[in-house]
Amino acid sequence: MQGLIDRLKALLADGTVARVIGWKKGDMSYNPTPAVFNSAEELDEFVYDGFCGANLSKMMIDATKLEGKTAVLLKPCDSYSFNQLIREHRVNRDNAYIIGIACRGKLDIERAKATGIKGITDVAGVEHDGADTVTFKTLYGDKEVAYNEILLGRCYMCKGKEHVIADEVIGESKDTAVMDRFAQVEAIEAMSSAEKFEYFKKELSKCIRCNACRNVCPCCSCRKCVFDSTKFDTQQKANVDSFEEKMFHIIRAFHVAGRCTDCGECSRVCPQGIPLHLFNKKFIKDIDTFYGEFQAGKDPEAQSPLTAFTFEDVEPKIVSERSKG
Amino acid sequence: MLKISIDKLSALYDAIAANNELILPVRKAGVVDYASYEEGADVAIDTLKTAKSPKNAFFPQFETLYNVNKKIIPTDASAEEGACEGAGVALRSTLSVEMAPLVDKDFVIFGIKPCDVKGIEVLDNVFLAEPVDNFYKARRDHGILVTMACNEPEESCFCSAFGIDAADPSKAKADVAVWMADGNLYWKAISPKGEALTESVKSVFEDSDEAAVEATKASIEGILAKLPNANLSLDMWGKGVLDDRFYSPVWDEIFKPCLACGTCTFVCPTCQCYDIKDYTTKDGIQRYRCWDSCMYSDFTMMAHGNNRNSQKERFRQRFMHKLSYYPDKNDGMFSCVGCGRCVDKCPQSLNIVKVIKAFEASKAKEGQA
Amino acid sequence: MSNVIDTLVPKVGVITGITDETPDVKTFKVNAPEGGKLFEHMPGQCAMVCVPGVSEGMFSITSSPTNKEFQEFSIKKCGSLTDTLHSLQVGDMITVRGPYGNNFPVDTVFKGKNLLFIAGGIGLAPLRSVINYCIDNRDDYGRIDILYGSRSADDLVKLKEIQEVWMNVPNVNVYLTIDREQEGWDGHVGFVPAYLEEIGFSTDCIGIVCGPPIMIKFVLQGLKKLGFTDDQIYSTLELRMKCAIGKCGRCNIGNKFVCKDGPVFRFDQINELPPEY
Repeated sequence: MQGLIDRLKALLADGTVARVIGWKKGDMSYNPTPAVFNSAEELDEFVYDGFCGANLSKMMIDATKLEGKTAVLLKPCDSYSFNQLIREHRVNRDNAYIIGIACRGKLDIERAKATGIKGITDVAGVEHDGADTVTFKTLYGDKEVAYNEILLGRCYMCKGKEHVIADEVIGESKDTAVMDRFAQVEAIEAMSSAEKFEYFKKELSKCIRCNACRNVCPCCSCRKCVFDSTKFDTQQKANVDSFEEKMFHIIRAFHVAGRCTDCGECSRVCPQGIPLHLFNKKFIKDIDTFYGEFQAGKDPEAQSPLTAFTFEDVEPKIVSERSKG
Repeated sequence: MLKISIDKLSALYDAIAANNELILPVRKAGVVDYASYEEGADVAIDTLKTAKSPKNAFFPQFETLYNVNKKIIPTDASAEEGACEGAGVALRSTLSVEMAPLVDKDFVIFGIKPCDVKGIEVLDNVFLAEPVDNFYKARRDHGILVTMACNEPEESCFCSAFGIDAADPSKAKADVAVWMADGNLYWKAISPKGEALTESVKSVFEDSDEAAVEATKASIEGILAKLPNANLSLDMWGKGVLDDRFYSPVWDEIFKPCLACGTCTFVCPTCQCYDIKDYTTKDGIQRYRCWDSCMYSDFTMMAHGNNRNSQKERFRQRFMHKLSYYPDKNDGMFSCVGCGRCVDKCPQSLNIVKVIKAFEASKAKEGQA
Repeated sequence: MSNVIDTLVPKVGVITGITDETPDVKTFKVNAPEGGKLFEHMPGQCAMVCVPGVSEGMFSITSSPTNKEFQEFSIKKCGSLTDTLHSLQVGDMITVRGPYGNNFPVDTVFKGKNLLFIAGGIGLAPLRSVINYCIDNRDDYGRIDILYGSRSADDLVKLKEIQEVWMNVPNVNVYLTIDREQEGWDGHVGFVPAYLEEIGFSTDCIGIVCGPPIMIKFVLQGLKKLGFTDDQIYSTLELRMKCAIGKCGRCNIGNKFVCKDGPVFRFDQINELPPEY
């Protein structure tokens, strides 16, 4: 990591960039915070390890409006989000210096805790070039878990180890996929209508409408969200019934359809553990099926199938035909 | 002191539920929150920290305050057709207001932790201050708190910084204190309400001495002392620090990763800001109140502008309110109880502990300069 | 239906009169359906006025408590609630709850003192309650000076009452001004703060200021120049409010809730607050 910090300091020193967006050490060994570093001195608090799961690309919307270039550290999957932001004219590419940073999958502290780990006082083995085993020192004894056992859910469906955009790449990433990226969607597709409804009702009724999923989403970059408008009834901070949230989340999924790069931040941040990425994945799968394979953010020039018309486009009746089964 | 074997807890739940609504930690789709004890509920009583605080039981995320029925009177209506007068003028429309019923049945919150009990005290200072909020008060009058010691506190807990004793729930302002020790649940009434509840469920218990409880207390105290934030310093906060903290440059940087979501607010046991809004109904409106967050951009939005335009100002408001404004108004009491939910749940790993530590670090740095 | 009355639950009021004051200000006369006032209040206090289904907002009660028949609200059209209020007619019902907040210390600090009222635009609304209270209890107060300005002559609220009532009360001096020259206006032209310095009031009085923030800022500077101290100047603050009882958190500023601890503040008190108003 020192090499990385030295490189960032050099970029600041030679004036290539005016600031760096990365992660700052947390007060515990597993909770780094995304942060803006304006000087070499501030970089002493920089950290990059297995817990740096946050996708920093959205912070570039504001940062690339500032004077001077901003360097941002993007993992391979984050780089898709950045491309999509370029596609949507949300970031100024000329004001960005993208450092493609190596990733071997990011850790999910909740998944670690679900294995019974609690009272963590220190964690070892989480650096990029660290061991295959993570060691948790806890108030209730030391525990070891394989690094790959406690990854964020999205990492098991990794999009690949290549950055789709970068000014320089530091280190070698790993493809951590162990399952088909649509396997979870297929499992739900296989359910009966009633089962699907029960499943989503159970999950979505946990929603507390905190908006974390929306606010973290690189596709949700509207200056003013329709759900924040004081002029319409769309701004509801409460549920009409225990399943009201289906509307919010399904509408949001529609809004980001064709643009969602499948970065998985929505599910990572949900304080209630709702697998929100499933909606987006379902749309991605359908788009692939109906219009041919498309990965949002792979190419900043490529037009989304949902915004381009061709005579070969699927007809809307496909929906009713499909539901007949 | 009374005890019951942990294997037989469902007998205790049934006994309580016979006369009261019983609310306790229930696992639903993988997440544990306080919910009603009902058929098929997956009770998770050994959960240290529910995702949300139990404040919902007293200050629900959504509640109806009243309904308004509206009737339009046709301008050419005759007396027979319903024309009417009010205050000396011909009425064009009439409104009638009907207040929503107040809670009038007892309910028991079982397993509430001492930090969350303190959280309710924080809410009391707001909702029970004049003019009293009757919706809240009715729930307080009918709510019975069975508070449980925290057997295995975690690293995100820092309740001891606020003088809360997670080992001895009998010190909390609750009705019954319980401990889980050596395969039993130990039960001790600590208020008249608690004694009444005890009386009604006594048949499921057997008498016990306090030896096992004392041992558990000692073991919890040992862990509490070792928690990383056990000695979190609140020296820079409390009454009379408003100006020094408000203008601090620490705010300029620390808010930056904040997503402006409401996660911290909504999982917090002490956040009490709310919104009042209407649903349109067939005959008029249903006016409800719901949780709101000072982190949201529209929170202070007025027709002529917003007095907190930046996320920095909104972020600062939340922490200043908890650590300075609230203590100023409530004799030094903080509006934080160290439950650590924001520490666990903030999507950006930003939280009140980091704010407090950032101020300490800034002071230390000034000291060096 | 519950017997408990909660302060969050409003009363129903009937609009019994509407006066067009200016192109965007109307004064609404409100009565209880059975006649008479909805409640008693003190000068400076506010009430939550609501059009169900639209929104509820805090408005100062512009009529004086000495008016025993009805209450009045002078409301400027500037948002969804006020737009709807302006579309209502006599005979329509609204809901009202209150009174809320503190009041001007008319029975204590102001008693026996000379008073200088300075208002801009719709800022006259909260002061009119105090002015009429003082006029109706004329012997309790000393000299009353009223400096009132607006964008144009058409934007002066309650002009008729000012000219026909206030100007004819003994020892009450009214100074009117408008921002720009206008045909048919032979009075003073210029901004309120400039007129204030031009007249040069002596400091033997209490200043009571209400108007747009920019006017308040410069009036305050003007008063300071004339030798006034912060603790002899009163004003009102206005922030977003929902509950009106110091609980919903919206109007919290420093350790104060404007709805409950205000809206009336002395300037030395305002100076102690964070600058978030």
